[in-house]
Amino acid sequence: MGEVLLRVEGLVAGYAAPVAGPLAFTLRRGEILGLAGPNGAGKSTLLKALWGGVKVFAGQVVKPPGVRISHQAQGFTDLRGVPITGRELLALTGAPPEGLPPWLAERLGLRLDRLSGGQLQFLRLWACLMAPADIVLLDEPSNNLDRAGVDYLADWLGRAHAEQGIVIVSHDPALIERVCTRLVQVDARGAQE
Amino acid sequence: MSLDLLFDPLFRLPFITGLLLAGLLPLIGMYLRLRGEWLAALAFAQMASAGALVAMVMDGPMLLGGALAALLAALFKGLMARAGAHAYVLMMLVAWGAGVLLVANHPLAEQAGHALFDGQLYFTGEAHLAASVVAWGVAAPLLWWLNRSLLLAHVFPEFHRARGLDPRPRLMVFDVLAGMVIALATVSIGVMAAFALVFVPPLIASRFGRSWRAGLALAALVGMLGYSAAFVLSLGFDQPFGPVCALLLVGLVVLPGVKSDRL
Repeated sequence: MGEVLLRVEGLVAGYAAPVAGPLAFTLRRGEILGLAGPNGAGKSTLLKALWGGVKVFAGQVVKPPGVRISHQAQGFTDLRGVPITGRELLALTGAPPEGLPPWLAERLGLRLDRLSGGQLQFLRLWACLMAPADIVLLDEPSNNLDRAGVDYLADWLGRAHAEQGIVIVSHDPALIERVCTRLVQVDARGAQE
Repeated sequence: MSLDLLFDPLFRLPFITGLLLAGLLPLIGMYLRLRGEWLAALAFAQMASAGALVAMVMDGPMLLGGALAALLAALFKGLMARAGAHAYVLMMLVAWGAGVLLVANHPLAEQAGHALFDGQLYFTGEAHLAASVVAWGVAAPLLWWLNRSLLLAHVFPEFHRARGLDPRPRLMVFDVLAGMVIALATVSIGVMAAFALVFVPPLIASRFGRSWRAGLALAALVGMLGYSAAFVLSLGFDQPFGPVCALLLVGLVVLPGVKSDRL
C-alpha cells in the first residue's frame, strides 16, 4: 500500500452555497481514483475543492506537507493570437516531451493555435499529467479526444504510476472502468465508494 | 524633406532615448496582450500624462509626476483586478478629465499638454535617457523572472494555486513595471507614440511569431524599426512625432493584412 496522499472527510463544497458533497475517500500513491456521476452532480466542484479552488462548507481535506497538486481543468483558455508552441507549453509546467504519441510529438514546434482541438487537449493533459506533482487531478480528460487519443491516454494511465495518486472526473464509464483502481460514485445526495 | 537634422548631435540623445523605449514597450505590450489587458496601457499612459501635468503645475519634475501617477494606476488596477476593463476606463476618464481641466486653467499646462500628446521627443533630456537605461536594466531581468508566471497564469490559471502558491504578487510586480515603463515613455515620447508602441508591434508579432520567444524578439524589432522610420520621417518633414509614429505603425498592420485576432 502506498503512502496516503489525500484524506477527504465529509467534504461539502460550492460557491455562494453548497453544490456538492458530502464526499469521503483516501488516495494513496499508485492509485487512480475515479469520480463518476451524472452532469450537475458537482464532480468538478469537488475536484477543485481538493486544493482550495472553491469554498469548503464542511469537512476537511488532509494532505501531508509539501504535496504538489497538478490540476487539469475543463475547457480551454483562448489561445488565438498567442504565439506559444507546444514545446514551450510543456516547458512551462516542467513536463518532459518523451512519451508523447508520435502524432503529437512531431507537432511540438507548432503554435498552439495551429493545433486541432483534440491535439491541444492531449497536450494540455500531458503538460498537467507529466508536471512534477504527487497528486494529479484530471477533469473530463477524454473531452475532444478522438479514439486514438483516448486509447493512448488509457494505455498510459493503465501502466504503473507508483509515484503519483491520480483522481479522474469523467462521465465516460468506459475510460473510468479501464484505468481506475477505485471508483467513487457522486450524485445529488453525496458520494459513496 | 531635409535630413540634415538627423545628423545634428542635438537629436542623438532623444533618438537613443526613444530607441531604447521602442524596444522595451513592445515587450511589455506582449504580456499585456497575452493577459487581454492592452487597454491598461492606454490607462497607464493617460494617468502618467495627467500626473506629469500636475507635477509641472506644482513646479515639480514631470518625470516623477508621471511615474507616481502610473504607480497609483498600477496599484488601482491590482486592487480592481476583478473589474477588468472597467477599471482601465475609469482611470482613463479620471486622467482625461484632470488633464483637460489643467490645460484649460493653466497656460503652461496647455503647452505641456500638447507636447505630451503630440510627442515631445526632441525635447527629451539626459534624465530621460538615464531613466530609459535604468528601465532596461530593471525590466529585462524582471520580465525574464516573471515570464513563466505570466504565461502560466494565462494558459494554466490553476497551476500555481493548486500548488498552494499565490500568483498575485508576481502579477502585481508586472503591473507596477508596466506602469513605470509606460509612464517613462509617455513623458519621453508622448501618449500617442507610447501607446502605439505598446499595442501595434505585439499585434504583428502575435500574427507572425513562430514561438513566444520569437514573438518577443519580433515585437521589439518591429518597435525599433517603426520608431526609427517615424523619427526620420517626422524630422525630415517637420511633423509632430507622435502621430507620424502611430500612423506608420498602423500602416505596418494594415499593409500585410494582419488579422486582428483578440483585438
